[in-house]
Amino acid sequence: MKFYFMHLMPYADLDLSYDEKHDSAWVTLPNTYFDPKKGHQLYNRYLDELEYADQLGFDGICVNEHHSNAYGLMPIPGVMAGALARRTKNVKIAILGRALPLLNNPLTVAEEFAMVDNITGGRLIAGMVRGIGAEYHSWGVNPAFSHERFQEAHDLILQAWTQPGPSVFEGKHYNFEYVNVWPRVYQDNPHPPIWIPSQGSSETIEWAAHPDRKYTYLQTFASVSTVARYMKMYKDVAARYGYEATEDQLGWSLPLYVAETDEIARREAKEHIEAFLQKFLRMPMEMLLPPGYTSVKSMVGALSAKAGHAMKQTIDTVIEEGKFICGSPATVREKLEEYQSQIGFGHLLTLLQFGTLPAELTRKNMEIYSKEVMPYLRNVTSRKAA
Amino acid sequence: MSFTESTETITGCNVRFMRGGKGAPLLFLHGSSGAARWAPFMEKLAENHEVIVPEHPGFGASDSPEWLDGMSDLAFFYLDVIDRLGLDKVNLVGGSIGGWLSAEIAIRNQTKLNSLTVVAPAGIRVKGLRKGDVFMWNAEETARNLFHDQTYAEQMLASPPSKEGLEVILKNKLTTAKLAWEPRFYNPDLHKWLHRISVPTLILWGDGDKVVPPGYGPAWRDLVPNSRLEIVENCGHLPQIEKTDRFVQLVDGFIREATR
Repeated sequence: MKFYFMHLMPYADLDLSYDEKHDSAWVTLPNTYFDPKKGHQLYNRYLDELEYADQLGFDGICVNEHHSNAYGLMPIPGVMAGALARRTKNVKIAILGRALPLLNNPLTVAEEFAMVDNITGGRLIAGMVRGIGAEYHSWGVNPAFSHERFQEAHDLILQAWTQPGPSVFEGKHYNFEYVNVWPRVYQDNPHPPIWIPSQGSSETIEWAAHPDRKYTYLQTFASVSTVARYMKMYKDVAARYGYEATEDQLGWSLPLYVAETDEIARREAKEHIEAFLQKFLRMPMEMLLPPGYTSVKSMVGALSAKAGHAMKQTIDTVIEEGKFICGSPATVREKLEEYQSQIGFGHLLTLLQFGTLPAELTRKNMEIYSKEVMPYLRNVTSRKAA
Repeated sequence: MSFTESTETITGCNVRFMRGGKGAPLLFLHGSSGAARWAPFMEKLAENHEVIVPEHPGFGASDSPEWLDGMSDLAFFYLDVIDRLGLDKVNLVGGSIGGWLSAEIAIRNQTKLNSLTVVAPAGIRVKGLRKGDVFMWNAEETARNLFHDQTYAEQMLASPPSKEGLEVILKNKLTTAKLAWEPRFYNPDLHKWLHRISVPTLILWGDGDKVVPPGYGPAWRDLVPNSRLEIVENCGHLPQIEKTDRFVQLVDGFIREATR
């Protein structure tokens, strides 16, 4: 198994009482809540944390893409990846964006990724997503064409990376007379690894697992049972196509906090994970699921599930569901070992800073995780592989 | 209520129709909430007209065809419908995005039209005059913003949709997004060609419309040559529902005038 340090770069200085006046930290939360002086401090702190992960022996670091919100401050993740490309030496750099349908010209992503891949000598992992529903409001892009645009943008980028240029691209949403991206990707056999982060979607799994692609499916923030279900679905789809999915094709991304004891971990993490759950993730259904973002059927499901248990998420509910792993090194090791052996994912992306978690606790979390959890799991899983 | 239902396959798309009444044909083109039921205003219009109410492709019980990508497709589709039904001297009446659609049909071909009535139509933009964000409103905000008289909103909220009803609402919303998400509820080219409409045109607007503000009324009146603007008082986005009698009186009177 491989270990990644994932960052969302939240605006941790957010005035958390914003929700007395605004119903969401996305789309409509006035950007006057953002103080650039604090932003300057935060960006540099977060970049330091990502660089520190390289020194601590993580296999990779991950940046993220979201727009017009306090939840994550990386609308243009290539800026972060560019900064990290030169300051890190060993880690893979995963850009987990890019939200392809939001773009009028997806070749900008082909270019951005190829540049990072060249600078790092092939340390890039290329993420491709549809973006979350809120972004279709923020960017004015029609969600009814989200799936079509994603597929087409993906095909265009792949063509740019794998066919000698110039070539012609004839699509419905995108058309080019001269697809001829300079630079070419460094990892050109055939292209950089592609990861598909998802909140969980059978359509996405069906597509990612196809033998033409075999892309790594990355389950984001979800309960253990959901993770297990979707990863089994991926393996089943692969089996139906006549091949066996490897652990390399499955990844899980989740927040994690490890401290000296279970009690200390829970006490230190509580307010920060709850800020993440209750303040930074906060948005109404209409923002989260604009029309066409998911099928009518799954939207009916989501709306009735929401009506069924509109329960507030707390540290206890997310620990219980396995959406958040929190505890002593022994507890965390035990849970991860159990989940890994049951589910069989090969990439574990841990969000070791979340919500308002301050610098000092983030570093402590990273240190304990990298010293007391990572090596143990590395051993266990490599022994299993051998 | 005296109406019949049928399904016709036109341009490869199964479309559900409701029809009632006798007289000159009146084709009603619904807005983004569809036309699932034979409404009282349809019944009243059917006293003097043959009222034909299709559910647009992508709405309600009609198919969602592969070819439907935007308002232009829908406008050309309705030219096929007019041909297929053999309609002539038809009185076209459309509300909200159905009003927009009616204008898109008329600028393409108005030879089969006798008159045009647009009720709070989307379709153009007046800079600075912001339409309501129907995609951001939840069920309660939608109900409250649709009506001036809040008892209508409360009635709507008192009977939440069944699972099947919810599916139809989401299907209608998806097609509405296809037609109108971006640019938001308008066609940047439409205003340039509204001068082509020469049939008598009635523009109706509720003075308390929060979806397409009534300030759009004078803009339409100025762009469509042979047109008249009527403001319905104490009324929201749906005069045909909220002020049924006044609506029917205005439309009947206008069509009589236009037919002379």
